[in-house]
Amino acid sequence: MAKFDLQEIKRQIVESQAWQSIFRHGYEDTPRNRILMVSGNIWLHLHPSKVQRHATRLRFTWCMGGITFLLFLVTVITGIYLMFYYRPTAEYAYADMKYLEFDMPFGMLMRNMHRWAAHGMVIAVWLHMFRVFMTGSYKPPREFNWVVGVILLVLTLLLSFTGYLLPWDQLSIWAVTVGSNMARATPLLGHEGPFHEVLGVNPIYDARAFLFGGSEIGPHTLLRFYILHCIFFPLLASLFMAVHFWRIRRDGISGPL
Amino acid sequence: MADATRGDVPAMKMQAAAGGGAAARVGSAPRPAPAAGKRIEVPIKKAGSGIEDKLHTWPFLVRSEFLMSVAVIVILAVWSLTINAPLEGPANTTRTPNPSKAPWYFLGLQEMLVFFDPWYAGVVLPSLVIVGLMLIPYLDINPKGNGYYTFRERKYEILTFLLGFQILWVSFIIIGTFFRGPGWNWFWPGQVWDPHLVESLTNVDLPYLFGFRDYTASALFGLSLIVAYYVVGYALFYLWVRARPANDPWSSFPGGGKELLEAWGPVRFGITAFLFLTMIGVFVKMALRHAFNIKYIMVTPWINI
Ligand code: HEM
Repeated sequence: MAKFDLQEIKRQIVESQAWQSIFRHGYEDTPRNRILMVSGNIWLHLHPSKVQRHATRLRFTWCMGGITFLLFLVTVITGIYLMFYYRPTAEYAYADMKYLEFDMPFGMLMRNMHRWAAHGMVIAVWLHMFRVFMTGSYKPPREFNWVVGVILLVLTLLLSFTGYLLPWDQLSIWAVTVGSNMARATPLLGHEGPFHEVLGVNPIYDARAFLFGGSEIGPHTLLRFYILHCIFFPLLASLFMAVHFWRIRRDGISGPL
Repeated sequence: MADATRGDVPAMKMQAAAGGGAAARVGSAPRPAPAAGKRIEVPIKKAGSGIEDKLHTWPFLVRSEFLMSVAVIVILAVWSLTINAPLEGPANTTRTPNPSKAPWYFLGLQEMLVFFDPWYAGVVLPSLVIVGLMLIPYLDINPKGNGYYTFRERKYEILTFLLGFQILWVSFIIIGTFFRGPGWNWFWPGQVWDPHLVESLTNVDLPYLFGFRDYTASALFGLSLIVAYYVVGYALFYLWVRARPANDPWSSFPGGGKELLEAWGPVRFGITAFLFLTMIGVFVKMALRHAFNIKYIMVTPWINI
């Protein structure tokens, strides 16, 4: 009977064709492997293989950009779970929320995580902007990435805001009503805004109606916000995040020199 | 400084110590805007800097990121297990709650409605905030303080940012969240929300206060006040910048205000002054409201400010 030799089994696995086709390098702690670990991995490759010492310090970045991104990922994953059970129509939306809370396994937990992560993301993105300002990291050559960042900030708020309506409860429709009512005061484009006569906008054909999909908040608004919340803004945010990360990768993290 | 050994923190300190001189850092004299097409993607700092102080991303950075992610997810999970997301009664478009509050992150804007009409508080002002934020990197030409914490080298920028971000935005959110009750009246935390509370407001328009009764005349008066605010504001801002002495410890331009204005250029100066005055305008309007119950400064058939 062959002796049970763990080392030998490990060697056989690690040297097998299957293993080596996936993992291209060993794990011994050598400088070469440390670099391959990053450069050979598509996810880690978002990083350069070496970073400046201060960039790894919590007290420099506060890790807030990373946390924003992490919370975004959390909302994506929990959001997909919620999407399985939620129907964006006025008849079902609220009932589905109740169903999610009381009948779905982990439904309440997923809903809570989705919501709190979204709030957390808003706070994290502000703190991130604050730290980028305080370290002056928007100065050349990173001006444009700051602009991309502001777009991401707006998208984060819009994501949160469109999601706010979806539970279709008193809290959500009135918060969104108050938030969107401003649109009817848009100069030129809103029917209560200054100079609205110029374009002849009216309650069923103005900036707010465009947002709501009608003159008042209603089922059409729910569908509209649902699509914006689940498809349009996440896609847009992902695109801008890609640009954001790419610019960081090209310009490197800012630092004293 | 160019060939200084770039250690870790000491380098930062040396940076700061080199504060007064124009070329504290490689190529950082009053920054000539890089010519189009000449922009370098790799950080400029590479050039000429001596010893590299770099760590391997794996394990050093990945390790902290991993630990941070675990910590965040654990906190979020515990939080979500203990505190439930709110869900009120089903939506009812015929029953308006009092107060109706926007989501908390927009309460700063809702609070602005106390002082301005919706077209300004809800549309123009936030647009200006977004555009203004985007313009920061192009308006701020101070070459110092790029990539490290310093208050000394960037006092004006940091104070302005704090004024807008912390004082206006954050504190207004706090006010909107905790201090506003039915009718958007002021309630201290713990105070009973009395929905029938009537606060007698005898707001008047500024031109009325000055004795104008005629519609056109008071509109013109209001308009001229606003124009005057900006004209005087621009003039004061310009004079103040120009009067900065040479070697002002608050400024990175050893030549003083004159050198700064030259480097800044009229467009940057003009936009900065406009955004700054508009931000201060919010405070002015607040002060007028609180001190004299002023509702509008200018009243016209189309817009009121
Ligand atoms: C969804 C929103 C955002 C995500 C996921 C994100 C993510 C990140 C990450 C991961 C970094 C790397 C360094 C760090 O963690 O601090 C970073 C850097 C940066 N971010 Fe963001 N960010 C977002 C929004 C913003 C906003 C709102 C701004 C500014 C208005 C901004 C401006 C910048 C700049 C200029 C850098 C480079 C900083 C440096 O080199 O030191 N970002 N971002």
